[in-house]
Amino acid sequence: MVQFSLPKNSKITTGKTWPKPAGASNVRKFKIYRWNPDDGQNPRVDTYFLDMDACGPMVLDALIKIKNEIDPTLTFRRSCREGICGSCAMNIDGINTLACIYGMDEIKGDVAIYPLPHMPVVKDLIPDLTHFYAQHASIMPWLETKTNRPAKEWKQSIEDRKKLDGLYECVMCASCSTSCPSYWWNGDRYLGPAALLHAYRWIIDSRDEATPERLDQLEDPFKLYRCHTIMNCAKTCPKGLNPAKAISHIKQMMVERSV
Amino acid sequence: MADVNRGNRPLSPHLQVYRPQLTSLTSILTRITGNALIVSALLIAWWFLAAATSPEYFAIANGVLTSWFGDLVMVLSALGLWYHTLAGIRHLIWDNGYMLDLDQAEKLGWFVITGSVILTVLTIIIV
Repeated sequence: MVQFSLPKNSKITTGKTWPKPAGASNVRKFKIYRWNPDDGQNPRVDTYFLDMDACGPMVLDALIKIKNEIDPTLTFRRSCREGICGSCAMNIDGINTLACIYGMDEIKGDVAIYPLPHMPVVKDLIPDLTHFYAQHASIMPWLETKTNRPAKEWKQSIEDRKKLDGLYECVMCASCSTSCPSYWWNGDRYLGPAALLHAYRWIIDSRDEATPERLDQLEDPFKLYRCHTIMNCAKTCPKGLNPAKAISHIKQMMVERSV
Repeated sequence: MADVNRGNRPLSPHLQVYRPQLTSLTSILTRITGNALIVSALLIAWWFLAAATSPEYFAIANGVLTSWFGDLVMVLSALGLWYHTLAGIRHLIWDNGYMLDLDQAEKLGWFVITGSVILTVLTIIIV
């Protein structure tokens, strides 16, 4: 349901301003969303200052530096630090992206960091992605076949394999789904760009034999058709993929099979 | 995990922090113009109804609609109508699977905005 303002328990207050580093000339200001599940307080935005001459170039470098040197309670997910695990997705400077591959030179002024938008917060920059993962599981993200298993492997022509480019690269970081206003308002029933991109990835896989079932499953006013081609998904995808295009192709297939 | 607080989790900020994009702005404007045009259509219907009712009543309705305020509303309605029409054409293009790449989609966005302004200016000149 559309609710433009934040619920009472989610209103953001001004938090602590941490001391500036001594003797640093190249100081940058970071405003970071904090929420502690244990203190009963509302979320707040803390202000940190970092010496950029002693910090790596990526936003994740700054977060790790803050955690190591200023405030060990700052909580965020991270793992691979090279944009392949999808753990450190967050809202940086007003768009969703991966902190590990987003350079701070791309940001003008202060660096504002929030968790992925319109999600329940577990702690600080960590959103609860349970529902997001369940939606991904619901589109059957695996090869469905009916014919007998081949002796060696399921073969695919080079042309058919090419159809998966721009789809298989998705790392399920949830940046796209949590950038989508439709997903904000109807995320309980609308599958969102990430799950639908994965759905399309299996629909057009030449080896998959469950296309009609997959389309049947998506034929729903909410699951698929809450996409209004707003394209925040494609604009924000840290891997440069285009979920809006994939969704549009699914909609086309829906029309084509009914005429 | 028995001690994890799941009951009072806050909702992370969304509209409050997300930077508006060209594509998202042109999308929401499509909706806003569409709804505003319902009001414009009602005004026109009121004007016709007044004409069918009596000369005195028509004079009142006509007076409102041809006042500076009425002119302003009608000019904005023309802008809204052109915008909504062009945005509708954009949706037809997209629904046929064309121009869905980001650079093309953004070009379409600028086309809808500038196109609606130019067509509105032409409408003002002609009418």
